[in-house]
Amino acid sequence: MSAVSSSQVERRIVFLLLLIAVALPLIFPLGWKTEVSNYSKLAWNLIQSAPDSSVAIFSFDYDPSSMTELQPMAEAMLDHAFSRNHRVLVMALWPQGMQMAEQAFSKILAKYPDKRYGIDYAYMGYKVAGIVAIQSMGKNMAEVFPADLSGTKYQDIPMLHDVKTLKDIAYINSLSTGVPGIKEWVMAARDVYQTPVTGGTTAVSAPGLIPYVNSQQQLFGLLGGLKAASEYESLIDVIGPATVKMDSQSVAHILILFLIAVGNIKALRARKRGHNE
Amino acid sequence: MKRNLPLFFAFFCGILVIVSEFIPHRPFSMMIQTLQDWFMIISGFAILLGQISLFQSNLAKIQQRESGWMYYLAGLISFIIMLLVGIFWGTQETGGLFGHGANIQAAMGSKPFDYLFDYAYQPLSATMFSLLAFFIASAAYRAFIIRSFESNLLMITAIIVILGRTSLGGMLTSWLPESLKFWHLPNLSDFIMEYPNSAAQRAIMISAALGIIGSSLRIILGIERSYLGSDK
Repeated sequence: MSAVSSSQVERRIVFLLLLIAVALPLIFPLGWKTEVSNYSKLAWNLIQSAPDSSVAIFSFDYDPSSMTELQPMAEAMLDHAFSRNHRVLVMALWPQGMQMAEQAFSKILAKYPDKRYGIDYAYMGYKVAGIVAIQSMGKNMAEVFPADLSGTKYQDIPMLHDVKTLKDIAYINSLSTGVPGIKEWVMAARDVYQTPVTGGTTAVSAPGLIPYVNSQQQLFGLLGGLKAASEYESLIDVIGPATVKMDSQSVAHILILFLIAVGNIKALRARKRGHNE
Repeated sequence: MKRNLPLFFAFFCGILVIVSEFIPHRPFSMMIQTLQDWFMIISGFAILLGQISLFQSNLAKIQQRESGWMYYLAGLISFIIMLLVGIFWGTQETGGLFGHGANIQAAMGSKPFDYLFDYAYQPLSATMFSLLAFFIASAAYRAFIIRSFESNLLMITAIIVILGRTSLGGMLTSWLPESLKFWHLPNLSDFIMEYPNSAAQRAIMISAALGIIGSSLRIILGIERSYLGSDK
């Protein structure tokens, strides 16, 4: 009974310490600098090198559960695309993706008040069927998106006049948490139509997608987690939400390392005690 | 007939999709386009089917007073409220049965569906995911213990990657000269992700792909029939 209580108390202490480790840097920012990784630089390069007035797809393939990591990426990449005067087709392979998109746009559009709907960006909405929807976009975009969210026909949206299939898209940026997401865009858009794909995902999902960042450039860079989002913010010279939250994440990681050390010391002592007895 | 017809359709469509990958010309390209359109339409209906199933299963649990039935009731009430406000006033740009609800929007600041999404669903959903951090911290404390060579290797790798993913990790080894930059923690972390991790991930991906090909062939050839609702 006492062992159970002690374990419960330990767990509560760990929770309390983590709460403090996350909260304090948010209240008193440390201003630690984050180094930019090659993966983030590759993603930045793709957007940076796309020609003026290119049409890009921003696919919001996530929901609010992962917005802490993905929303700052979406905002930073959208900011970058608008600063390069790209036109953005907004869609989602996840049902709640469009709500996420609208939040990101409402924030970034405040910075670019001259951007006009239909000319610089268009909301095409959520599409069911994941990879099959992408395959169909490769053959006929208008068939997949007969109209935008407000009911305007595909043919009547000025920025999409010259966009017939995925081949007419300069690059695709998928912000995804799972399936359907980046992997499906790589398989159905990059591998088949050679449309460049980049994207962002949560830190836990990144290891599974890194094999696609290879010499065949199946994926042009990858943003993995909050750190990559803060790297992207530093690449576009913006102090955004990821940069602010990165201090918290760093301190929390250090706390976890400290806890691992304490756990090992505790286990070592228990083992020694066992040998002595 | 009831069993053979679906088996025939599965065989025909499966073979058609495979053939169209190798001969992407007419008539296969047109047939595959039609199949993809059907798939998207059917997927839309599958969402509706899922909602009906969710409603029915929750209702049955509430009626039978199963343990935790209050949670099913809360889920069902939330489902009905979101469904109704969505039908009545729509979401975002799309209007509902009663239009866009200008008066309600003026009072609430947004449409009722969007208001509930922004101020109820979104914080709750983000909270659920964030709670993982607490469990990971607690699990790391108890699980990352040196017991064997493998656990030692796992712990060292974890420490390098964790440090490499923090701002502090970069600062700790930023003093290293250019010739020793490989040992700079973020570089070391990237190396682990790029080589050992990618190699293992690729092995998993290839194995999974082979498994999918095997399962698909079993379905196409009618060996695997559990999707029909019975193994017989």
